[in-house]
Amino acid sequence: MTYIPHSPKEREAMLAAIGVKSLEDLFKDIPARHRFPKLALPPALTEMEAAAELDELSIGNENVRTDLVSFLGAGAYNHYIPAAVDHILRRGEFYTAYTPYQPEISQGTLQAVFEYQSLICALTGMEVSNASHYDGATAVAEAANMAYAQFRGKRNKVVISPTVHPQYRETMRTYVQGMNLELAGDDPKANLEAGPEMLEGLVDENTALLIVQYPDFFGRVYDFTSLIERAHGKGALVCVAANPTALALFKTPGEMGADIVVGEGQPLGIPLSFGGPYLGFFTTRKQYIHKMAGRLVGETVDNRGQRAFVLTLTAREQHIKRERAISNICSNEGLLALAAAVYLSLLGQTGLRQVAELCYHKAHYAAEKISKIKGYSLCFDAPFFHEFSVCCPKPVVKINETLLEHGFLGGYDLGQDYPALKDHMLIAVTEMNTREEIDALVDILAEVNHD
Amino acid sequence: MNIPTNLKYTKTDEWFDPATGAMGLSDYAQGQLSDIVFVEIVVGIGETVEPGKAIASVESVKAAAETYASASGKVVAVNEDLSGNPEILNKDPYNRGWMVKVEGADASGLMDAAAYTKYCEERAH
Repeated sequence: MTYIPHSPKEREAMLAAIGVKSLEDLFKDIPARHRFPKLALPPALTEMEAAAELDELSIGNENVRTDLVSFLGAGAYNHYIPAAVDHILRRGEFYTAYTPYQPEISQGTLQAVFEYQSLICALTGMEVSNASHYDGATAVAEAANMAYAQFRGKRNKVVISPTVHPQYRETMRTYVQGMNLELAGDDPKANLEAGPEMLEGLVDENTALLIVQYPDFFGRVYDFTSLIERAHGKGALVCVAANPTALALFKTPGEMGADIVVGEGQPLGIPLSFGGPYLGFFTTRKQYIHKMAGRLVGETVDNRGQRAFVLTLTAREQHIKRERAISNICSNEGLLALAAAVYLSLLGQTGLRQVAELCYHKAHYAAEKISKIKGYSLCFDAPFFHEFSVCCPKPVVKINETLLEHGFLGGYDLGQDYPALKDHMLIAVTEMNTREEIDALVDILAEVNHD
Repeated sequence: MNIPTNLKYTKTDEWFDPATGAMGLSDYAQGQLSDIVFVEIVVGIGETVEPGKAIASVESVKAAAETYASASGKVVAVNEDLSGNPEILNKDPYNRGWMVKVEGADASGLMDAAAYTKYCEERAH
C-alpha cells in the first residue's frame, strides 16, 4: 500500500517553489548506479516458511531464563520479573513506546508516568523526577547538560569519577564534544583503590558538575555525604548515578545531599534483552526543575474539579524553545517507565528491600567462597552491594570459556576498560542465583586454576 | 492595553524607563505569552547589556521567550522577586515587574508611547 498525502498538483507547486523540474532532479547528485543497486536477496518466503525459519534461528539463542546461569552484571542485572509486569505492558491501552503527542487525551498513560515519577522520587530521596530517558548513560550525560545550563556556560568543567560505568563515560565524551566543556577525572589509569576523596582535588570554582556512581562500577558502596559537601563548597553541583535496587537497602543519594540522581532503570522489571531498550531515570531538586530535560507529568484538576494529569512545564522543551532549549530530548521510554512503575508497585517497599537483601547476602556468600579458592582474591576492601571484583589466576576470557562450557555466563572482564585490572573479573550475584549455582561456580573456578 | 506615557518601547515589546534606568517586558508581551510560569534573569550586576542582548528567559504555559535589553548600559540592580513570583509579570509588568536596572543608558532609537500604541494596534489586525 502506498499512501502519499500530496496531490500531483501540490507536488508540482513545491518543485516550482524550489526551482526543480521533477522529483528525479532532487536525486541527481546520487550516481544512477547507486540509486537502485541490485540486492543479493534470496527469493521471498511464504509466511509459513518464514515462521519456520525464524523458529529455527531462535533455537540458537541461549538466554538466562532457561539456558544459562548468569554471574554477569556490569550495569545490567538479571532479576526476576513478575508475570504481571508483561501482562500490563501488553495491554493495548499502554502498548506504545512514547508519551503521546496529544497527551491529555491519554489520562491513563499520563497517570502511569506520574506514578513512575513518584516512585522514582521515593526511591532516590529526591524531589522531582522526569518521565525518563533512553538509558542510564543518556541520563548521566543529560545531567552534565543541565549543570552546564544552570551556570549559563560560565563553569566549563565536569568531573567524572573513573569508577563510573565505562560506557556512561564514553557517552559523556560524545556529549561534551563541541560543548565547551572539559571532562576531568575520566582516567582509567587512576588509582582505583582510592575512595571518593580522590576526586576532591579535581573540583574547583570552574566545575559545574561532579559525577559519581553508587555503587560504583566495581560494586563498591561509599557514603558521598562529605564529598558532596566539599563540592558544594566550591559551588559545584553533584550527580550520583545509582543502582535502583541498591537504593532499597542503602542511604539514598538524596539524603547525602546530591543535586541530581540518575541511573539505569533496567533492574526494575526490564529484561536484559541483549542490551536494550532500557530506561534512564533522572531526578533533581525542585529549584533546578526548569533546567531539567525531558517530559514531566503533573497532577492537577480539570474543569469539573476531577483529579487529572497534564504534561507540565513543556515550555522548557525543544519543540517550543527550539534552539534555545537546554536539551534536544522531548521524549521518554514510556513503556519501560510503565514496566518500572508496575514492578515497584508489585514488590512494594518491603519486596524491593527483600530483593536487595537477597542480592547482598548471596553476593557476599559468593565473594567469601571465591576469595578462599587458591589463586583467587578480592581486589578491594571496601563494602560492596551485589557485585565484586576478583583477581584471577588466568585471563578472564579463558575462564569464561570454561564457564560457558558448563552453562555459566561468567563475569565482566575489567581488563577491557582498566589496564591495571588485567585478569580481573567483575562478578554479579542476584536473587536469581541459587546457593547450588554459586557453589558450582566456585568449583569450576577452582578447576580452572588446576588446568 | 496599558502603555504608560513616561516609558520608551522596543519593537520586541520591552520597555525602558529613562528616569530610573529600569527595563522589562510590556503589557502587550505578557498578554501574548499568557500565564507566565518561569522567569530567569540571565545577566548579573556589573555586566554590560545592549539592545538585542537577552536579559531574561521567560516561559509561559504555552510559549518560551527571551526578553532583550531595551537600552545599553551597565546593570546595577536585578529584580530578585521575579524568579519566585513569575506571575508578577502578568499582574504588574511596569512596576513590580521590572527586570534589571542599568546606569549610563543610551535609549536612543526607542519608540514613545504613542508610536508603540500604533505599533501594537497594527499587529492586532
